[in-house]
Amino acid sequence: MAEAVTAPGTLRTVLSDARLVAAKDLRLELRSRVGISQVLPFALLVVLLFAFALDPDRRVLGAATPGLYWMVVLFSSVLAVGRSFGVEAEDGVLDGLRLSGLSPAGIYLGKVGALLVELLVLDLVLALAVVVFYGTDISGPVLLAAVVGTATVGIAAAGGAYGGLTARMRGRDTLLPLLLLPLLAPVLIGGTRGVEVALGRDAGPGWPWVGLLGIFALVYLTLGTLMFRPLLEDA
Amino acid sequence: MTTSASATGTTSGAGTPAPTSTASTATRVLGAATLVGIALLVVFGVFVSPPDKELGETIRILYMHVPTVSVAYLAFIVTAVGSAMYLWKRTEFWDLLAASSAEIGVVFFGLTILNGMLWGKITWGVFWRWEPRLTTTAVLFLTYIGYLAVRAVPASPRTRATRCAVVGLLAVVNIPIVHKAVDWWRGLHQERTIFGTLKPEIQGTQAFAAYLGLGVFLLLFAWLLIHRFRVAFLAERAAESGLEGAIAERRQEAGQ
Amino acid sequence: MSSTGYIVAAWVVTFAVVAGYALWVLARGRRLSREVAPEERRWMTAGSRGRE
Repeated sequence: MAEAVTAPGTLRTVLSDARLVAAKDLRLELRSRVGISQVLPFALLVVLLFAFALDPDRRVLGAATPGLYWMVVLFSSVLAVGRSFGVEAEDGVLDGLRLSGLSPAGIYLGKVGALLVELLVLDLVLALAVVVFYGTDISGPVLLAAVVGTATVGIAAAGGAYGGLTARMRGRDTLLPLLLLPLLAPVLIGGTRGVEVALGRDAGPGWPWVGLLGIFALVYLTLGTLMFRPLLEDA
Repeated sequence: MTTSASATGTTSGAGTPAPTSTASTATRVLGAATLVGIALLVVFGVFVSPPDKELGETIRILYMHVPTVSVAYLAFIVTAVGSAMYLWKRTEFWDLLAASSAEIGVVFFGLTILNGMLWGKITWGVFWRWEPRLTTTAVLFLTYIGYLAVRAVPASPRTRATRCAVVGLLAVVNIPIVHKAVDWWRGLHQERTIFGTLKPEIQGTQAFAAYLGLGVFLLLFAWLLIHRFRVAFLAERAAESGLEGAIAERRQEAGQ
Repeated sequence: MSSTGYIVAAWVVTFAVVAGYALWVLARGRRLSREVAPEERRWMTAGSRGRE
């Protein structure tokens, strides 16, 4: 039945569906301003709180900067993912999307695309905040951009899959972090080490980390694209 | 997959009375073999086999640590196969198999972490070090706790099965990625690890105890999986009849 | 505790947890068997039923 409703999933229709959904999500986000007025301030607040928790004069804060940066990104991502799918579930939009004839893969990629844009903005603002407040010098901007970019694609890909999974679940606010954060452990490891190299804190090679983050992103993009049809229909 | 095959093979004939527990002839034989195996493992692992030249007495923990972690990984592979098969075939069997196996895997992962910590206390002097294998185990343990949490959320059987199948698949592909990431992360810290010490050249009663442990825990896994699967099956039927009973009650109320 | 103590603890804890889990599974099986009608208790006959 669902197969009859859904348009044939050729690459072109999938991509145009994705663009449609992403544009809708971003427009919604711009209008509601929840991301800008709540998620972003939350992230900045945590940056501030870490300075209180780790005495900045004892250099602990400086040494821990890459890890702290990714912790803030991960927790803010959980909020962003929860919001991205919470909006859909509350208004029954997810059912609307399913019946709209858009391909599930397109819907997934669209949600991931919108999440990616939101998270990249968050990354950028947080990076500026860290540079200003933690006094960080960047020695390898290309590597830094590559690490942050690939890691964020991975976060958005896994977040899109688990966001769709938990959207209609009871207790999704607590389940989403429980599911998402252990899955993102490799991203935290890779992102932190990669940024350490980019900041000149660690001599080791940085590009293998970009490779690992890229594999993570590809694997979860693929799985999410494949899994979104059963999720949309049954979960 | 032999375990699932033997689980299907125990259909009691039409004439025999319905079972009052999850046991059958097959599981009783399997259970007896497992108990004998455990007794043998204790005899060889604790008493007969000599202490290792390098590890000393701590090698005795490895006789259990290696089997528990191996069985846990096997359990998660069974969960992944069950999840994939569920999404393909959409039958109850694969869903319940995946869920049963995941729970057993979590129990064995918990045991792995516990006896790994006891080994660490002897070898390193502390319960926990960020040793790659132990760290990986802890991350994956929490990943599969998430699977069980999804399982526990009330939903229609089809919805729950789909959600769990997706989690089972998303979680299993993370295993090699976490392994790689943790290995590189701890790459510069050369330390004695609980796995690095199990040399392939161990011989005699030590090798016998190591392989015996693996065999015994595989039997144990098969026995647990069959029973756990049947419990899951009964729980589904009980939930259905509970639902039917509730509907019948409502109908009666409405009729009055 | 000496190293012997930790080794004994590892064995005891492992088998105690496995035994506890096994007994819990068996007990649940017995309890559920009573709740389910006899014709439904032949677990594998319906093993291939689909999810509707």
